[in-house]
Amino acid sequence: MSETFIIDKMVIIVIVFAITMLMAMYATLAERKIAAWIQDRVGPNRAGKGGILQPLADGLKLFSKEEFIPNTPNKFLFILGPGISMTIALATSAVIPWGDKLIIGGREVLLQATDIDVSILFILGILSVGVYGIIIGGWASNNKYSLMGAMRAGSQMISYELAMGLSIISIVMMSGSLSLKEIAIQQPGMHWNIFYQPLAFIIFLVCSFAETNRAPFDMSEGEHELVGGYNLEYSSMKMGFYLFAEYAAMFVSSAILAVMFLGAYNYPGMEWAIENWGVNTANLIGTGVLFLKIFFFIFLYMWVRWTIPRFRYDQIMDLGWKVLIPLSLINIVITAAVILLGN
Amino acid sequence: MSLENISLSGKKIQVSENKMTFLEKLYLINIAKGMWVTFKHMFKRKATIKYPEEKRTFSPVYRGRHMLMRDDQGRERCTACGLCALSCPAEAITMKAAERKPDEMHLYREEKYAEIYEINMLRCIFCGLCEEACPKEAIYLTKSKALVFSDYDRPDFIYGKDRLVMPLEQAINNTQMIN
Repeated sequence: MSETFIIDKMVIIVIVFAITMLMAMYATLAERKIAAWIQDRVGPNRAGKGGILQPLADGLKLFSKEEFIPNTPNKFLFILGPGISMTIALATSAVIPWGDKLIIGGREVLLQATDIDVSILFILGILSVGVYGIIIGGWASNNKYSLMGAMRAGSQMISYELAMGLSIISIVMMSGSLSLKEIAIQQPGMHWNIFYQPLAFIIFLVCSFAETNRAPFDMSEGEHELVGGYNLEYSSMKMGFYLFAEYAAMFVSSAILAVMFLGAYNYPGMEWAIENWGVNTANLIGTGVLFLKIFFFIFLYMWVRWTIPRFRYDQIMDLGWKVLIPLSLINIVITAAVILLGN
Repeated sequence: MSLENISLSGKKIQVSENKMTFLEKLYLINIAKGMWVTFKHMFKRKATIKYPEEKRTFSPVYRGRHMLMRDDQGRERCTACGLCALSCPAEAITMKAAERKPDEMHLYREEKYAEIYEINMLRCIFCGLCEEACPKEAIYLTKSKALVFSDYDRPDFIYGKDRLVMPLEQAINNTQMIN
């Protein structure tokens, strides 16, 4: 492994980290703006031009709040909880291909922190660790409401992870690879997976709503019944970390959705662009296209949140176990049959 | 005609307890409908009034902050008769009368004047009964859009003569406009 390779990867990791953070920051503003527009309001518009500095002001406010730790025997776990949530949310971004490759000084640089063969397994594994952040936080808070919120989050994540994994299997069967890079390469032009696997897309979309604990599956922080849910006892920047982790997770899962189903960085006419404008320009446009797709999903997340009321607990379990899992199993069978007949 | 069929409002809907079909259980169609509704709302005109820059249009019979008037020679009209305080349903007005000195002829129109005149703005309900009760046409509720501003201390909401009496420049302007 050469030194340049390590430096390349370091630079990419730092850039991905910075972009994820920036996205998470501005997702908070976007959420408030979209909420406002949907409710016929204007939204935050005082800090900076059109509210552009609002995230900074929010962050500053959180920093200046009192750091309160409840009387709990698990002080270490209490502090660990938000950290785990944040780490997990960021760790998933390591395997996402942010673009094809750039040629810098005669070297090929892959726009991906790491291209492991089992990146889908990696993502599923990391996502299931993500629930620990919430459960540990809720447990260590030493509060009934927090614990109940954490429990709900745990049961919900376990139920939806199944359907999520099953819906991915049909994609894996089509591409014959567990690598996200490989899946991205196999969707050139407009041959996006969403057109071949619409059912898998819908199941995966619903499951990623549940995995990121977003509405309509945000029971774990249901204000009307649990006061605040798992983050009830948190204050100051630890609270901020939980909120921030939610937005970072939203960005990363939007990226996964875009890579797996909307053809990643591929766009119609990419071949033509490579021939006429060169590899670097074409692939940078590809990265831009990927981000447009990600923005679309982030918008979808927020749009859904401000449209659909929260599900009841038993409805969530019903939807997960009785609808999504059978559907994804059927989808696997259909995919297998089509692949078999196609050969 | 049985009782079940009567609908006085004409909007009676029979509630059905049919089991949801599989398609309905997926919620997808109804979710799409709901999303379309919210999407349309994103482009509607916003209901927000951006307050400090923009102000709501007030009614023509709007009653704003009080003002103790001066006459065309710039003298205070109030004679401290106390009828406004008596008529005030919120008991917001209080005053203390004083006798006019010979060298104060240019300040007060009547022989008796209000030495202290206070309105508690936390109590005032802007009903305008003081204005109706006043025999000297001394107190008026203006159309001023500056309502009572927020503050930290209760005593600061008791407005004295310094904030109620018409400013002299305004009285001079008014007199010039009449002549």
